[in-house]
Order: sequence, then C-alpha cells, then structure tokens
Amino acid sequence: MARRARRVRRERPVQGAPTARDFRGDVTPDWCPGCGDFGVLNALQNAYAKLDRGNHNHLTVSGIGCSSNLPGYIRTYGMHTLHGRSLAVATGAKFANHELNVVVTGGDGDGYGIGGNHFIHTMRKNIDLLYVVMNNETYGLTVGQASPTTVIGEQTKSTPFGNLETPLNPVAMAIVAGATYVARAFSSERTQLIELMHNGMQHKGFAFIDVISPCITWKSDEIFDYWKERVQSLEDHDTSDRAAALEQAVKTGHETQLGLFYHDTSRQSLDEMEPVLENGPIAHQPLGISKEQGDAIIQKMM
Amino acid sequence: MAKYDFAIAVGGAPGQGIETAGKSISQICARYGLNVFTYTAYQSLIRGGHSFLTIRISSEPVANHGDKIDLIIALDANSVEKHLPHVSPGGALIYNSDDVKQEPERDDIQLCPISYKELTNDPDRKKIMLNVCASSVALQLVGIDLAVLEDIIVLSLLKRKGQTVVDANIAAARASYDYASEHFTPFDVQFEKQDPPLAFGSGNMLMAMGGAAAGVKFYAAYPMSPSTGILHWMAPNARDLGIIVRQCEDEISVINMVVGAAHTGARAMCATSGGGFALMSEAIGSAGMMEIPIVVVNVQRGGPSTGLPTKTEQGDLWQVLGASQGDFPKIVVSPTSIMDGFNTIPELFNLVDKFQCPGMVLTDLSLAEGHTTFVPDSINWQPKIDRGELITEQGQTDGEYLRYQITDSGISPRAVPGTPGHMHVVATDDHDEDGGLISDEFTNPHKRRDIMEKRQRKMEGIVELLPPPTFEGPENAEVTLIGWGSTHGVIGEAAQLLNEAGIATNHIHFKWLYPMDEDAVNEVLSKSAHSIIVECNYTGQFARFLRGETGFKADGQIRKYDGEPFMPHHVVDGARELLSSETELYVPYQEIVV
Repeated sequence: MARRARRVRRERPVQGAPTARDFRGDVTPDWCPGCGDFGVLNALQNAYAKLDRGNHNHLTVSGIGCSSNLPGYIRTYGMHTLHGRSLAVATGAKFANHELNVVVTGGDGDGYGIGGNHFIHTMRKNIDLLYVVMNNETYGLTVGQASPTTVIGEQTKSTPFGNLETPLNPVAMAIVAGATYVARAFSSERTQLIELMHNGMQHKGFAFIDVISPCITWKSDEIFDYWKERVQSLEDHDTSDRAAALEQAVKTGHETQLGLFYHDTSRQSLDEMEPVLENGPIAHQPLGISKEQGDAIIQKMM
Repeated sequence: MAKYDFAIAVGGAPGQGIETAGKSISQICARYGLNVFTYTAYQSLIRGGHSFLTIRISSEPVANHGDKIDLIIALDANSVEKHLPHVSPGGALIYNSDDVKQEPERDDIQLCPISYKELTNDPDRKKIMLNVCASSVALQLVGIDLAVLEDIIVLSLLKRKGQTVVDANIAAARASYDYASEHFTPFDVQFEKQDPPLAFGSGNMLMAMGGAAAGVKFYAAYPMSPSTGILHWMAPNARDLGIIVRQCEDEISVINMVVGAAHTGARAMCATSGGGFALMSEAIGSAGMMEIPIVVVNVQRGGPSTGLPTKTEQGDLWQVLGASQGDFPKIVVSPTSIMDGFNTIPELFNLVDKFQCPGMVLTDLSLAEGHTTFVPDSINWQPKIDRGELITEQGQTDGEYLRYQITDSGISPRAVPGTPGHMHVVATDDHDEDGGLISDEFTNPHKRRDIMEKRQRKMEGIVELLPPPTFEGPENAEVTLIGWGSTHGVIGEAAQLLNEAGIATNHIHFKWLYPMDEDAVNEVLSKSAHSIIVECNYTGQFARFLRGETGFKADGQIRKYDGEPFMPHHVVDGARELLSSETELYVPYQEIVV
C-alpha cells in the first residue's frame, strides 16, 4: 500500500452540504480487505457529514486494537489512546470542552474486556458521548484469541478445546448500567447504522451502539452470511420502556435484533448538571484565581 | 519578646476529637501569631485504636514537629499509659481522673487530673467533648485567653450543632479554665500575642491551593490516603473557583481523564499514593508519547503494596523515576516544605506546558498531612503562568500543521481539539511528524529514530531550567547532610543543632530530582565534607539514584523506614555516630510508638 509522504489535515472547504468524502482521512485503512470495520468507518463519516458541524468540532477517540485504528482514517481531531482507556480519556476531553462532539470507537476486547470497568461507570455517569463498539467476537490484532463476546464452544487460539465462558451481553449490560441510548447494529446494514450514529451524536447523554462487525480473518469465511441470515430489526418496540428494552436484549434464539433498544431523554448528562460549565468550556476560561477569591480562601484558614 | 519552643500533644482514640482539639489549639496559636507545625501519628481506623497529635508552637518559624513534648493531653487511659514517659521533665500531663483511677507515676512533671463529670453537667457525654475541657486547661497553663477558645467553639460548633451545644461547651470550657487556675501551676513559658495573625493549613491544602493558583481546571481523584486531603479541598472549592472535580472508578480512569482534559486544553492534575500511582503508570507514559502536559502528585505512604496507609516514607522514588515503559521526557520534583508545596504546582505546570510532558510531584504523608502556620500575604495567588507553544486559534500557523514537527528544541506547537485548521491524531503508538503511525505497517527505523530524538531533546531544555540543589551552612564543615524533598525542615534543624554543639555542619537539599544536571549537581556536591544522605526508606533509594546520575558516593547514610518521620535528634544522633565510628549506616530508633 503506497503511503503519501506528507498528510496535512486542513479543513476541507465545504461547498454545500458536506458528504462522507469530507470526513475521509488521509491514510488508507490497513484493515483486512472485507473487514466489517470498513462499513462502520463509512457510516461514521456519513453520520459526521449529516451532523454538518465542520471537521474541527469533532473529537474521535479510540483505544487499541484493529478497530481502534479508526481515528487515523477520519478527518476530525483524533486520539488513539491506551488499550481499554478510551472512555476515560474521552470523558476528560468532554469535560474540558463540552462543546465538542466526542465519539469513541473501539472493539469488544478493548471496551468489554480490559476497559470493562470504564464501560460500566461511563454509562452510570451518563457522560455525553457516542460509543461505537465494533464487536467481532475476537481479539484480531493479537491474531485471534477468545474475547468477552466469543460464544461458548468456539475454538480459538486461546481456547483450542472450545470456549467455556459465557459471553457478555453488551446491550443488556448497557441498559442496566445506565446508558441512556442503547442500540445494536450490523456493519452491513449501512442506512440503519448511519441513522443510529447520527441520532446517538445528537442524544445528550451516553449513547452506545454495539455493532456486529465480522472478522473475516479469524472467523469462518461464511461469517457475513451467518449474520445476514440472523439479524432482524426490532419491531413494535417502545424504546422508552426500560423493562421492555431489557426483555428484548436478553432474548435468546436464532435471531439477533437490531435497532434502538432504549432511549431515555429524561436524564441529564453529567456535563449538563455541572454548574462550572455554565460559563462555557473550561478549556477557554482564564487561568488562575483572583486576589479576592484567594483572600476568601485564606480567611477560612484563620 | 520572649523566645520559646513548646510542644503540646493530644493522645486518644479516633472519634474522641483529637483532630478537633489539635485544630482548635493550633488555630488559637495562629491567631496569636505564633508559629505552629503539627504531625499526627494515627492508625488506619475510623473509630477505636489510638492517635497522637503533636503541636509544636514557637516564637520562630518551625518546619518539623520537634524533639520534645512539654504538655500531653491524654483523652483516654491508654494515652496516659502509652505516653507518660514522653513528657519532658518539667512538663505536664492532663488526664481525666474519671477514667484514670491510679495516679500516674512521674515526680518530675506536673500531673493535672481533671474530672469530666465534675466540670460538665453532661453525664451522657452528648453535648460536650472531653477535648474541650482538656484544651481549656492546656490554654490556661500557657497563658492564652479563654476568649479565643470561645470564639473557636462558636466558629466550629454553631452551624453544625446549634446554640444549646455551643453554650454548654463554653460553660464547660470556662469551668475547666477556672479549675486549672485554682489547682495547677502555669508554665514559665507564657504565650504572648505577636503580629500578624497567621493562617493554618496542611501540605495537601497548600498543594491544592497551588493547583488553583496555577489554573487547574480539571482535577480527578480516587480516594487514597494520604493524598485524599487534596480532593477534600478541591471538591468544596470547585464551584467557586471554576474547577471540574471528578471522583473516578479507579486511578486508571483518573489519569486517563486527566490526559483527555489536558489534551483538550485544560490544565489538569490528579493526586494519589504509591498504589494508585502504580495503576497510573501506563497512562503517564501515554502522556509522554502523545506529548500532553499533566501533573500527577504522589503522596507517599509506607510501602510495599498496601503497606502503611497512615504512615510516611520516601519509598516511591524508583517507582516514579521508572514509571511506564520506554524512554520519554518527564520531570520529577519533591517539595521541600508545606509552603513550597504551594509554589511547586504552578512552577511544574509551566514546565510541563512548555515541554509537553508529564510532571510528577513526589511528596509524602509527613508533609502532606503535616500542618503549618503561614503569613497570609506570603501566598502569591497570581503566579507566573506560561502555557508554552499552545495553538488555540486559527491562523497561528500558516496552512500546514504538523503536530509533532521536528524542531531543534524538540518542542512542537500544540493545537487543542476544537481549533479550526489544525486537525491531527495523537497516538500512543509511535508516530511521525504529522501523527501518522510508524508502529505497525509503516514501521520505519529512521523515522522512529528522528521522533525519539525529537522527544528526548526536550530533556536538554528542561535540565537547563531546573535549579541545582540548595546549599546551606558554613562552606568549611566537618559534616554535610544531604536530603531530598520533605525532610528539608528536619535536616535543617539537625544541622543547626550540630553546629551549636560544635560540629560544623552544612546541608545540601534536592527539590528538583529529575532530570538531573550532572555538572551542576556535582559542583554543589564538591563542597561537601563527610557526607551523609538522610532519607526515609530502607534501601537508600536517593543515594543510589544520586550515585547513578553523578557518580557521587556518600560516606554514610541515615535511613528510617519504621513509618514515623524523622525527629531532629534522630539525624543529630546519626551524624555523631557515623562521624565517630566505621559504620556507614545508621537507623534511628523511634521512641514514640502509636
């Protein structure tokens, strides 16, 4: 793959409505040809374009893993952080400048495994982020071990006799942990994914999309067919009903439901509850404190 | 003005109001304009157990809790038993005769039994604490006006407990004060008011205040003794001062939030102790790699592992120096006093902003939880703020922007997210000038070398700006005491005591630990006589570090690792021993056991 000697990230002068092209990065993705992540990347570029807020007002944050290389392939500010820590970094960034649209991307190992603790607590706190997990049920970049979402019985490099562990149910977990926008999507169902991402970005609070993004290298050649045959959209479902959402999420059987499971517009996001942010982003505030504020502090120490 | 150096100690079980008594007495002294330094020896318990708080009061500035105790307030029988031997001859012991039936055996001190039952009309001990009665007696013995205590009672109790409780406590305080004037002999030392009245605070408070002055806008923490005092200052002051304060699920989240906030343009800081710092290690390296300025405070406690949560040590030096994999620019500083803790934070923020790297403050329980008085005007609320080469607006560069541009200084102008025209990706994978990864598919040894050298070139700029260690005392001496960080006060006093005893002593002290300028440090070290490194750990961590950086090998070492901080005589005795014998190591014996 040829690589340009220099990539300069200028804002593209947008004539008319922006398109996904305007959010294309300068690096060609190094994912395996046919990877589900290409669909997710394309959907995210479309969702950014649809939001129409220019390029520099977005921050795309990821952890480590195949899918976490995504910020390099997109034309926004980006952070490619440590394995499992993207949500914590993104939370800090959101508090420093809550006017940014902060989107977090990563994989199932990054988010549900090593980052599991942050996953739970970021949802509990209802931080205003969109979190897109490209769930391929494997550790791809470390060449194919079992992940927290690998199904029981599957043979992988780390489970040569078949996986014994029950997989995590991320959608159910998100509903229980306190996420206020919870969805499942499939990387090949582009229109639905764009819609969910776009709405998730506009949702004030923690928006979570578990995206089935199949790995064609460490899974079977028929993995896309396997999923295409199983996925179906949620129908006749009240997204404001948490119990109903959970019931849908824990359903077992041949089919896998796609779409918006839960949407709670009644809870404020943490940044909305923070009076300190009423004066605008803290990153833009003057530094230090006044002599009067200092004197008041000293007075309390006397 | 009479000169004096007097210490009052309060012993009892947590929950008996030892801290309240200590704070009241200290605050009263501060209002009198007297210098105070306090140290509390305590256990990791919320109720029960035993605590011992030492308040050293002096007409001159003091920077440690001293060698002697003149007056002990024993709030329970256990404290009488434990601390009776610790009262200096000529001193006094105040105790509750309701609890202590048998008179303590010391004929060289004044015994001051008081009966809580007789002094108060509160048989259930619901409204009045024994500490109020005992404190009144103590104040009477050193000649402080009762009115000052009454003010403090009103101040500390009125809001929380109401007028009835305040009245009951003031009545008990008066009865106790009168009882003392009728039954006990006052000390020869009588405190006199001097100007100006002083403020009173802990090392943790002063570091938090330094953060506020430096422009910290984001502070995250996971509670961990003995660093929690910073969180406890930040949280209530956050809204007034425009600081976002977050308590996180773990220290990994803490540091990563700080990295995210700092990258997005806020000055961001966090504090923890050794165990939490260990969890933060990987992300400290990420700040080095992504070139994000952050400040991390490690308030050391006794290690290893969970160790001694409520005891002090200087045992994390190597952990901090070696935190995270690989080589990256970083700065390590160890404040030399409680007040220096305030100044260190803005100083370090300016450096990390300029050089876009992590900065670590290495302090310990003795300094962070120690309290001192200070002249209110000595606080500089408007320290110099230098954010370095920071791009926050469009047009600061023309067209092309390379986040990690290769420069002679190694510093590349830093644009924060949200700035038009400067989009880039920062990565924990190694990358080239524009942030493109050179870690996987595009691995390129030449680009790797260039970017590594660019980052490390920043160390040359840092080292030029860091002051060398301080040198105090006579040029020609018999012995040189060398220390780092929190022990400046106690080593300084030991040097003074040695000089007074006819052993010419000077004192070299390190605040800025890393990077170390070998030549500048060696120039100071070349003035040393019989050199003794004094530090609070088992293996002589700083001695080994100093030897590695400069080749300097000290003639002797004094090391303490029992959890309690040095008292001046520990250092004095050690210096005498090491001067007069062939031994190279002296480990002081801790007399006061809590």
